[in-house]
Amino acid sequence: MNMESLEKTCRAVRRDIINLTADAASGHPGGSLSSVEIMVSLFFDKMNIDPANPQMEDRDRFVLSKGHAAPGLYGVLAERGFFGKEEFKSFRQINGILQGHPDSRKCPGVDASTGSLGQGISIAVGMALGARLDGNGAHIYTLLGDGELQEGQVWEAAMAATHYKLDNLTVIIDHNGLQIDGSNDEVMSLGSIKDKFTAFGFQVIEVADGNDLQQIHDALGILVSGKPKCILAHTLKGKGVSYMENQVGWHGKGPNEEERQMALKELED
Amino acid sequence: MSEKKAIRVAYGEALAELGAVNNKIVALDADLSHSTMTHKFADKFPDRFFNAGIAEANMVDMAAGLASMGYIPFVSTFAIFGTGRAYDQVRNGCAYSGLNVKFAMSHAGVTLGEDGGTHQAIEDIALMRVIPGMTVIVPCDANETKRAVKAMTEANGPMYLRMARMPSPVLDIDMPFEIGKANVLRDGSDAVIFACGIMVESALTAAASLASDGLSTAVVNVHTIKPLDEETLLTYAQKCKKVVTVEEHSVIGGLGDAVASALLGHGDFKFKKLGVQDRFGQSGKPFDLLEEYGITTEDIVTAVKAL
Repeated sequence: MNMESLEKTCRAVRRDIINLTADAASGHPGGSLSSVEIMVSLFFDKMNIDPANPQMEDRDRFVLSKGHAAPGLYGVLAERGFFGKEEFKSFRQINGILQGHPDSRKCPGVDASTGSLGQGISIAVGMALGARLDGNGAHIYTLLGDGELQEGQVWEAAMAATHYKLDNLTVIIDHNGLQIDGSNDEVMSLGSIKDKFTAFGFQVIEVADGNDLQQIHDALGILVSGKPKCILAHTLKGKGVSYMENQVGWHGKGPNEEERQMALKELED
Repeated sequence: MSEKKAIRVAYGEALAELGAVNNKIVALDADLSHSTMTHKFADKFPDRFFNAGIAEANMVDMAAGLASMGYIPFVSTFAIFGTGRAYDQVRNGCAYSGLNVKFAMSHAGVTLGEDGGTHQAIEDIALMRVIPGMTVIVPCDANETKRAVKAMTEANGPMYLRMARMPSPVLDIDMPFEIGKANVLRDGSDAVIFACGIMVESALTAAASLASDGLSTAVVNVHTIKPLDEETLLTYAQKCKKVVTVEEHSVIGGLGDAVASALLGHGDFKFKKLGVQDRFGQSGKPFDLLEEYGITTEDIVTAVKAL
């Protein structure tokens, strides 16, 4: 792992997120920025993928269960070479490949259409079952928001992942503590996420700083067998753009031109 | 016509048979495998059967994941749960991506019987046919079910197979099954009955009775509600002018509405939709319920004569 290069990529993805949401004047920058290190680690370091052959049969899969972090995923996919940045102008636009939420039929590198929360983890469980039948060693990663854990379906999926002993599945929680209407605990208390996933049978690895590449790298590297793995990553919503950090208001709106310039300046190499 | 066999039993047999020739077929159930008959598949191919427990939403999206890995998942539970409780998963998880998931749901309609209205799906055809790209198939008997399941494995894309619980007559028909191609079971010139599912047998009995009263009545088995065989429907509607649709489903959004939409603007027809009239189901014996909800052979005869 070349840390310097990955850090540079993270900054580039953050600039992509700002430009995508500013151009579209909508989209979800906050939860995209919080998950940059997680997605960059997966796509640039961990996963067996080939941008030139996005349908490669034995590839690892990534399911963005928190589909609203699409700007982050699109930034990562573009930086990784799945499509050219000229596609950015199609974000949230009619007939574009970069839909408001990821569309597996339109966008190369997107393994599952997501957006309706709670569904991605179940899709990932199904993929892990399929990968095991295939026996080709493919690993399935899925990224969930913390607010998303309020969906009951997440726990149906968690039960199934343990029941089927899916050690080819890694569930990552982007735990930034905020959702649309306020903090998780104001809206619907989550209690101990670690205890919950542990009780459901997961090997839980808590990452103190989910915006630290080394910590994410180390957590992804821990091998778990006979049970699914959960990485509980404590992150900062809006990470990297000072006026967005830890601000509920930046969940689902794009920056204006002045705000864009301020952000890009902060994110310069 | 004396032999009776439940459509769901034929489904279980077909799935188990096809599983032997196509190792991409997998099956999922939500703790109802002995009711939906997927246990017949599970017994033969335990590695390719996934019980999701009583968690339909997760089951449907697990199927989406399996389909995206190149498998052909058949998802089964009661129609009410598979199409109602898990609607968002069917729509957003599977159909939105055009995934090759086969939703084979049993215990549809009021003839589910004693368990009552909470368990009787009377709107499942409507829910499924409004989803873009979803094929909707309602087989009329055990034999047609076997053909339908085979056809479903050979065609790509999301598909809904609606099945009844109770044993129903095995019809004496030997016609090919082609998705989207209605089968004319009886020719006629005075009226035409478009039917699906277990109501096809009632329609045939009604047509025989009408014939003895001098009314030549055609019967068309519309086993595929979507895509609809508009050509055959139009041909018979224009030939007979009097049209009756009959389904064990709400008259809102089901076969009747689909046929009406297809005929709209293509001529002057006398038209009657038989089905559940904007009511929920209730507990009772299957045939008592068909009587209560006005979808018996006698109701069909009366409807044709009244046009």
